[in-house]
Amino acid sequence: MPVKQAAVILATQGLGRQVGGKTLVDAIALALHAGEIVAMIGPSGSGKSSLLRLLNRLDEPTSGTVLLWGEDYRTLPPRQLRSQVGLVMQQPYLFRGSVADNIRFGPRQRQMLLDDATVDGLLDSVGLTGYGQRDVKHLSGGEAQRVAIVRTLANQPHVLLLDEPTSALDEASEQIIERVLVGYVSQQQAACLLVSHRPEQVQRLAQRVLSMDRGHLTAIEETMEHIYAESMDP
Amino acid sequence: MLNQWIPDPLWLGIAQAAIALVLALLVLLVLLVTIARFNATTGTTAGDRLGQDTLMALARGLIQIILVGLVLGLLLDQALWTGGVMLLVMMTFAANIAQRRARGTPGAFGVALVSIAGGAGSVVALMTWLGVIEPTIASLIPIGSIIVAGAMQSCGQALDRLQGEVRAHSAEIEAGLALGAAPSTTMAPFVQAAMLASLIPRLDILRSLGIVWIPGIMAGMILGGIDPIYAALYQFVIMALVFATATLTVCLTMVLMQKHFFTPAEQLSAEASPSTRG
Repeated sequence: MPVKQAAVILATQGLGRQVGGKTLVDAIALALHAGEIVAMIGPSGSGKSSLLRLLNRLDEPTSGTVLLWGEDYRTLPPRQLRSQVGLVMQQPYLFRGSVADNIRFGPRQRQMLLDDATVDGLLDSVGLTGYGQRDVKHLSGGEAQRVAIVRTLANQPHVLLLDEPTSALDEASEQIIERVLVGYVSQQQAACLLVSHRPEQVQRLAQRVLSMDRGHLTAIEETMEHIYAESMDP
Repeated sequence: MLNQWIPDPLWLGIAQAAIALVLALLVLLVLLVTIARFNATTGTTAGDRLGQDTLMALARGLIQIILVGLVLGLLLDQALWTGGVMLLVMMTFAANIAQRRARGTPGAFGVALVSIAGGAGSVVALMTWLGVIEPTIASLIPIGSIIVAGAMQSCGQALDRLQGEVRAHSAEIEAGLALGAAPSTTMAPFVQAAMLASLIPRLDILRSLGIVWIPGIMAGMILGGIDPIYAALYQFVIMALVFATATLTVCLTMVLMQKHFFTPAEQLSAEASPSTRG
């Protein structure tokens, strides 16, 4: 009996972006399936963040396109697309006001008001119980990063794009976030593309690993062992 | 002293302008010598073009203001609408000067023109209709030009501040966009900050009126023999009109300029966002 393949939520077709003659991302072809976490690794400046920005359509592709549920994402209203393809940036930029205001921000754009219990539940999940009314000015870098992650999850996106989401966190907080991400992807059957520089994290979370270099996808492997094995080959 | 020797007003004006020019050139000379000494000590070339630029600005200012005097002299007996045309021409030049503060953001000239015309034009038209500005060329053009100049300064400041806010906070704006927010929502706090920053200089002028400085209209009216109380009241009228114009112009600039920072796909445009990171 054939194994049932999970649905492709997001796929790219020859996706590329050039700025001022410089190629940031070139001919990217990848697919993200429901319920999977895909890690992306590569040196700084290899195009990982640029690719995430293209997938969220914060930047416009100069070649190729992205399909969301099989539909060219340029045919979707940008706000609808971005609420479905959530992006957590490396640097957590929070809006002025309270933590709860930040978490309610995304749903409010679609005229949805998250109740207190939902906000508290999201904060509990990342170890920030009782933080709802705190002013974001008084958060540490790690706390701000966790708020940025749950702020994106509050939108309940089908695709999660994470740019080194735990870079500012200690080990305990990192584990909490990883549990939240695995739980969200599994329960919501979302797809997740995670940029990480930590091999152990990639090992723990990812079902597949993409490797990028100078704007190109250089490898797509099922596990980290393949990546390391290939790099060890003479 | 001069008016005792030169009774003819035209020659008196020329003599006064010449003396003012000589004073400005003497001050410039002192400044240039100081800069040259500093450069000789430090080996730098800072301020090399200052002398040339200042001479050009003085010459240009003198020629422009004499031309305006000539045109005003010709227009004084014409129909009121010719004053309106002259103000429209002034607004076009004002928009061209103000848009330079937006440093290359596409559409800035159109925004500046509509904002200045909307702000200054509506105030001048309404006040002329109400009789606050006397419906004569002699009143309309000088007072209109003060209002247009105020609108130009406010528009330039608004463009500069708004662009500065967008560039300084592009990451926060994109964080909002990435969550599915409309550009106007993500821009709101920065538009508010830019608007306040643009209006503060106008508020300061109103606050200091009469204490720190006595503006030109009042000084001119007193010199012309008008009752100082009436001159003071009319000066306040002008300042209030300039403030109202500034507020209208800044609001229009903010509303119209915002969308020029975004692409049709609601991305920050290249001028506003350094989106070349890897």
